[in-house]
Amino acid sequence: MRTRGTTPKSLVGPVLVVLALALLASLTFYASAYTVIFVTSILMYVVLAVSWAMFSGPTGYISLAPAAFFGVGIYTAAVLGLKLPLALVILLAGVGSFCLALLIGALTLRLRGIYFVIFTVGLVELIKNLVLWYEVTFTGTRGRFVIPVDNNTVYYVMLTILVLLLLTAYLIRRSRFGLALQSIGEDEQAAAHVGVNVNPLKTTVFAVSAVFMGAAGAIMATRWSYVDPYIAFNPLFSFMAVLMAIFGGLGRFYGPILGAVIIAYLEETLITRFPYHYMLIFGLVLVATIVYLPGGLVALAPKLRSWTARLRRAHPGG
Amino acid sequence: MLVTILEVVIAGLLLGGLYALIAMGLSLQYGVARVLNVSHGEFIMLGGMITWTLTTQFGLNPLVALAVCGPLTFVLGYILHGTIFRRLASTAESVGIFEGNSMLASFGIMFIIQNLALVIWGPEIRGYSYLAHPVNLGGALFGANRLLTLSFALVIGLVFYFYLAHTRMGKAIRAAAQDRGAAALMGININYVLAICFALGAAMAGIAGMLISMSYPVNAVMGFEYTTIAIIVVVLGGLGSIPGSFIGGFLLGLVGSVVTYFQPGLALAAYYAIFILLLLVRPTGIMGK
Repeated sequence: MRTRGTTPKSLVGPVLVVLALALLASLTFYASAYTVIFVTSILMYVVLAVSWAMFSGPTGYISLAPAAFFGVGIYTAAVLGLKLPLALVILLAGVGSFCLALLIGALTLRLRGIYFVIFTVGLVELIKNLVLWYEVTFTGTRGRFVIPVDNNTVYYVMLTILVLLLLTAYLIRRSRFGLALQSIGEDEQAAAHVGVNVNPLKTTVFAVSAVFMGAAGAIMATRWSYVDPYIAFNPLFSFMAVLMAIFGGLGRFYGPILGAVIIAYLEETLITRFPYHYMLIFGLVLVATIVYLPGGLVALAPKLRSWTARLRRAHPGG
Repeated sequence: MLVTILEVVIAGLLLGGLYALIAMGLSLQYGVARVLNVSHGEFIMLGGMITWTLTTQFGLNPLVALAVCGPLTFVLGYILHGTIFRRLASTAESVGIFEGNSMLASFGIMFIIQNLALVIWGPEIRGYSYLAHPVNLGGALFGANRLLTLSFALVIGLVFYFYLAHTRMGKAIRAAAQDRGAAALMGININYVLAICFALGAAMAGIAGMLISMSYPVNAVMGFEYTTIAIIVVVLGGLGSIPGSFIGGFLLGLVGSVVTYFQPGLALAAYYAIFILLLLVRPTGIMGK
């Protein structure tokens, strides 16, 4: 099976990617305004899940900080949106998240396991409460208005962020840094012993992954038009990113993309009609994935293959 | 001035008793069963909402709800441990992987319980009045219900301490917390002990929820805030140390009361600031080794 036809098979991936990109890039020409908004939301979740998986996938550090970086992006757009052009705002949102992640990474990535996770949970809540306190005490209002941008622009900016993210994630994964990250995940001490510069590497990749979350937050803020600390620093954004990436599977590059597309699609179609039932199902899927399918959807493919192979062996005729 | 200080201190202790109670449950679940149960607050919410239902819809005394909330959350915790966490423990390659997976699973449980509650009770904020008359403590006035909460927290803390220190099961729990493998070799039924610990932690949350509903309004989405407070207290006291959680609860209550006195909006931010500083400077907490 594996020995023959490697050339056509290796072409399948690139062809699919080019096809998907062409479809997405021309979306605004053939799809309705509603579809464009719908796809923008899905792309946002893909950005969050892939950038989460970029760092947490290979290293095994479960970060629940995406909501913090996303929120920094949202607030950058809310504060600077009136004064600066959109491109600059998004760039600054990325830079802001990068700096925050650099600081957090340098301080905390020596914390292991559960300590790191709860630190990131606390961080989101700390920033939320500080911003809330600042707004109520000094500006006198809880929320802010963001200048809206037309839907097609939001869509193309999100698509650009996603393409840049996928390129970055792919290049890191393919480089020796990707290999080094993988070795950190398997055994951090051993990685340090063979010459991996553990802490700077972890911090840098953590910060690079935050850039895209911040940029995505800035452009989404223009669509929501009103934000307050509860919307911007909602821990649900972190949980969603983690669940989507794990549901899809961290073993393969396309795992988090697959997970994000499926769950985001379900969310966008179900949440307006059955909000509580949707979140209930979300919880059930999360528990079931962790208990029964720790490798995610991508781990299902080899299982199915061996299962059908066994069936074929058992019934040679059929 | 003196009355003000007294008022701030007593308010801190009243709040602290509640924090100590919810943190002890979480500490038991993490310290022995190694599950950082993020759905802890949902058991508190269940206790609160069930008590509200029994009090306002069936006209029962809130204290009667104790006989319902305690056993119900205990059984729920026992079942959850037996089905989900035991399986995760048997498939995980290391303690670290188990801790990560069980925490993610408890996030899922959080969503399940919270949204079941939203389906049953809706998002409205509920409250009732019970023992709300003021009691004079050296010039400062406090609600009788809040004093009842404090005495409950103290009694449960003491009973639990004697249970751990002087009973056969308590000894088994302490042994399992110290070294699971060795405890199993000594003939302790580890899965049973871990499930009991998880269930006891859940029951403490359920009882805390009942007490919270006497003094504060409750609703279906209140859980996560209490979860984060419980986690802060547990880290403050030292992850896994039950006496640490007890003391840490009172400490955080005092901090909250003092900060609220000067800047009411900053109490939660102060908790997180302490929490983050603590993780950076002394992640083992005040009683940790």
